[in-house]
Amino acid sequence: MRNFLNFEQPIAELEGKIEELRHLGDDGEVNIADEIARLQTKADKLLRQAYSKLTPWQKVQVARHPQRPHFADYVAGLVTDYVPLAGDRAYADDKAIQGGIGRFNGRSVMVIGHEKGGDTQGRVKHNFGMARPEGYRKAMRLMDMADRFRLPVVTLVDTPGAYPGVGAEERGQAEAIARSIEKCLGLTVPIVSVVIGEGGSGGAIALAAADRVLMLEHSVYSVISPEGCASILWRSAENAQTAAEALRLTAADLAKLGVVDRVVGEPMGGAHRVPKEMIDALGAAVERELATLSELDVATLRRQRREKFLAMGRDAQI
Amino acid sequence: MNWIANFVRPRIKALVGQPDVPDNLWTKCSGCGQMMFHRDVDENHHVCQHCGHHMHLPVDKRLALLFDDGAYETIELPKVKVDPLKFRDHKRYTDRLKEAQSKTGRQDAIIVAHGRMGGSRTVIAAFDFKFMGGSMGMAVGEGLVAAARLAVMQQAPLIAIPASGGARMQEGILSLMQMPRTTVAVEEVKEAGLPFIVLLTDPTTGGVTASFAMLGDLHIAEPGAMIGFAGRRVIEQTVRETLPEGFQTSEYLLDHGMVDLVVKRSDLRETLIRVIDLLTHPGVPEMPDEPVDTKDESLAIPTPEENREAE
Repeated sequence: MRNFLNFEQPIAELEGKIEELRHLGDDGEVNIADEIARLQTKADKLLRQAYSKLTPWQKVQVARHPQRPHFADYVAGLVTDYVPLAGDRAYADDKAIQGGIGRFNGRSVMVIGHEKGGDTQGRVKHNFGMARPEGYRKAMRLMDMADRFRLPVVTLVDTPGAYPGVGAEERGQAEAIARSIEKCLGLTVPIVSVVIGEGGSGGAIALAAADRVLMLEHSVYSVISPEGCASILWRSAENAQTAAEALRLTAADLAKLGVVDRVVGEPMGGAHRVPKEMIDALGAAVERELATLSELDVATLRRQRREKFLAMGRDAQI
Repeated sequence: MNWIANFVRPRIKALVGQPDVPDNLWTKCSGCGQMMFHRDVDENHHVCQHCGHHMHLPVDKRLALLFDDGAYETIELPKVKVDPLKFRDHKRYTDRLKEAQSKTGRQDAIIVAHGRMGGSRTVIAAFDFKFMGGSMGMAVGEGLVAAARLAVMQQAPLIAIPASGGARMQEGILSLMQMPRTTVAVEEVKEAGLPFIVLLTDPTTGGVTASFAMLGDLHIAEPGAMIGFAGRRVIEQTVRETLPEGFQTSEYLLDHGMVDLVVKRSDLRETLIRVIDLLTHPGVPEMPDEPVDTKDESLAIPTPEENREAE
């Protein structure tokens, strides 16, 4: 069962009709195959139209689509011999952040990322991808390990934000995020980050202070959620749509601002329509970045990474 | 009326200088509600003489309090791109900026000063909460980078004094990028072997706490300051329960291992000077005037025979 977003309703109706026709079977009176083909062309056209000019708010919805591929899907599709690693060795294993070692195109890598969970049960288990301090501390532990064994780090960012809870505050949510940023910046191995869905503020940058930051075409990355921004600046969460526009949170905007190095195109109709195609495209994009980065010596790699963030915003213009 | 109050009046004030008589002779303590005479407020560095509550201390008074003889110089900060997102909500961001600039007389929410503390060169980067809630955008990031560079150049310790609601929403993703940016900046100070000390003041939250403000060699907090990552309201809405008493205060953070010291305003200067002196002037071990007499029986190591005898 496919979930349709509001703006996809006309497409949903057409696809529903096509489904019905398929079930009818061919009774010879009308050429059903022709009719299906005609409707399919129409549906494709609508889909193309809708997705070629998604508004920022629609992108937010696509980025949060429940069927959008998640960390687990990318790991399953791209990493072999995957060994998941758990725990921060201090307090707990935070399931909102996953990570492990495995082979990506033949080389050992450390993959770390937010996991939102695939179904209701999964979403609860993974706390909707909202990490607590122990999640970031686990990420740091894995980055240390990557450093020690010279494994490149790939992070997949997909979080509404760091979890705002009492325990999280008590255990130093802010400190954990700050240290995680510091850890990314200090790595002696290449680090590539991809925003695969939602890049939610501090919870996202904690894993994304990387040599190369990529974004999927319809993913979003922002300092605050449109809802949060609207409730503060417009004093009503109903203005989320307006806030989404003002925040410039789309991949195209972020590329223009120099925050994102490359935008990875999504299949027509979004990553959730053809996950396999998306997963392969992400793999190819990451491979390309790792190949370039692996040629740099440690000193150059770190210097370039730091210079990039030191200059962040200096020439930015929409 | 607003325009006159917010724009014209500050302009005139800036032109003719501060009047000798303050607008308000009396200040109400935001802790206990008692009234304080303005001269007492000043003498007490804005700490209530009745309940000890630490009220907001204007940033120039804070700098004067910390530096030797209250003497310091500020540096001019590099200009940044103004309003790169062309952001507007009810108001244009550029208008909000202009308003804050005329209200505070500052370019942005940070001031970088250098001078001497206990005779040693020190660089301080202090936030002005009155400037758009001390929010961190590109100009604030630039301020921290400049402060860090100045500290390294002068081989001086850097003290950061945040007072901030967090990242500046109006600069969108670029404000988020100030988190790694300021992290790199303070790393440069630490890598130069210089102390980086954070003095947390009320309030310090969001992206500021979650970057350079939690990366100090030492974290010192003023009593009762609100320090945290997520805002109280957001947490309450998420967990749907009342928050523990004293949640996100300096003392709470001390209990939970996030700050080293909670120091009264009146002791801040002395504490900072002592800490910096200890870290930057390790000295040599003090030798006693006379060599230790190894024949002194109390210090001598007993021989195995003596040990046996003792048994």
